[in-house]
Amino acid sequence: MLDNLLIHALLAGVGICFLAGPLGCFVVWRRMSYFGATLAHAALLGVGLGFVLSINVYIAIIGICVAVSLILVALVKDLRFADDTILGILAHGTLAAGIISVSMFSNVRLDIMTYLFGDILSVSTADLVWIYCGGAISLICLFCLWRPLISITADADIAFVEGVSVSVVRIIFMILIAFVIAVTMKIVGVLLIISLLIIPAAAARPFSRTPEQMALLAIAIGSISVVMGLKLSWWVDTPASPSIVVAATALFFLTLIKKQR
Amino acid sequence: MPIRDEQSILLGSDLSLSYNNSQVLDCVSLDIKRGHITTLVGPNGSGKTSLIKILLEMIKPDSGYVYRQSGIRIGYVPQFVKIDPTLPLTVQRFVSLGGRNPLNEIEKILAEVGANYIKDKPFQSLSGGERRRVLLARALLNKPDLLVLDEPTAGVDVTGQIALYRLIADIRDRRGVGVLLVSHNLHLVMAATDHVICLNCHICCEGRPENISRAPEFLEIFGREATDALALYAHHHDHNHDDGVGVPLSAHEKNAG
Repeated sequence: MLDNLLIHALLAGVGICFLAGPLGCFVVWRRMSYFGATLAHAALLGVGLGFVLSINVYIAIIGICVAVSLILVALVKDLRFADDTILGILAHGTLAAGIISVSMFSNVRLDIMTYLFGDILSVSTADLVWIYCGGAISLICLFCLWRPLISITADADIAFVEGVSVSVVRIIFMILIAFVIAVTMKIVGVLLIISLLIIPAAAARPFSRTPEQMALLAIAIGSISVVMGLKLSWWVDTPASPSIVVAATALFFLTLIKKQR
Repeated sequence: MPIRDEQSILLGSDLSLSYNNSQVLDCVSLDIKRGHITTLVGPNGSGKTSLIKILLEMIKPDSGYVYRQSGIRIGYVPQFVKIDPTLPLTVQRFVSLGGRNPLNEIEKILAEVGANYIKDKPFQSLSGGERRRVLLARALLNKPDLLVLDEPTAGVDVTGQIALYRLIADIRDRRGVGVLLVSHNLHLVMAATDHVICLNCHICCEGRPENISRAPEFLEIFGREATDALALYAHHHDHNHDDGVGVPLSAHEKNAG
């Protein structure tokens, strides 16, 4: 039974890293970590909405994330407020609403803790199906979009003049982010999702000469963090999800030893 | 209004744009011709960049139309390109994002703009002048009929500016492309231009550089700066004989010198 738990956790964690690695690189390159964190906070509202409407939680989270992104796109055009102010309002407003909605419809406090901090040891087979099937589809999308995405990340105006459908690429990218947040939430929780996106990517940077190298290295570093975190949790009985994030953070600081060229 | 002139590759007709209740462009019409260098000059906030964005179809004008000759390709060099330092991107890779050209073709184009020696450097480590050359290489990758350059000398020192204008004129001569340049300073612009359009929300005046710089509307906007530019041009000409950069402006040399 315990072995089974651990294997599920390992499969889930590593599976997520395959998507979170490359997507996390884009989050870092495009300076979107606060945007990602805002969507992650909003994800809790998705959980609440899933309860209210009795729809699949993953679908509800993806829906809420896409909705929040669209609201963001509309609000940042209001030049009276800086972008990070709007992000902060949306992040915490949706988080608070999410906590209320979840506490109204579920078995209260324990559940909220699970959503805020994650519980990788409660991963079910259905979760794994979501991670691997959805993850595979997302990776195929990302593979097809790779070139235009790199191009608009470097410079969107040049890409536009060269004929890239900038807004379509951006929308698909946003949906991919929404998906990875939905599946990662159960593993590490609302408050730590963004760490699984950006820490492995940042740790991969000093060793990468191309965007592809960085994406692959981020997958590897993320996976190593999952293994290290779960081992730590197994031996020392630390909470599993934060252990993974601590392992990733430790790896990031190790990579800083590499001298800047 | 169809494009009748064979040489016209891009036409803007009666373009108007307002933003936050203030008029940015007022009935601006222009005609960009193959093989010609057209320069838009005007003070900051005169609507130059907005006009470029309309011509490139990034934003829609409130009224007026843009006609592109069918099938023309445009290469664009924006004013600023800011790439996050976390994105590992060599110069060669950056240029290759513009098309699926084979590597030797990319090296050839980098050599054409004098940037092959930096092809393995990270894009973010380049100086202002190097950056312009690399952007120019990417714009040339798809064999454009028209090059659009927004402030090609922003952040480039004076020597670099001279070299850049020479390079742009060379590319025009070699490839016969149309060039649309934007500039808010006049230094050197006049020397390497066939047609100058002085923009300040509307078109104040336009024509050949030697005529335009005598136009009262032009002098009213640029005044002293115009005199500086001509002085600089004269200096430049003193040291670069028969280099193909622009037509000597004999009348001005007399005036300025």
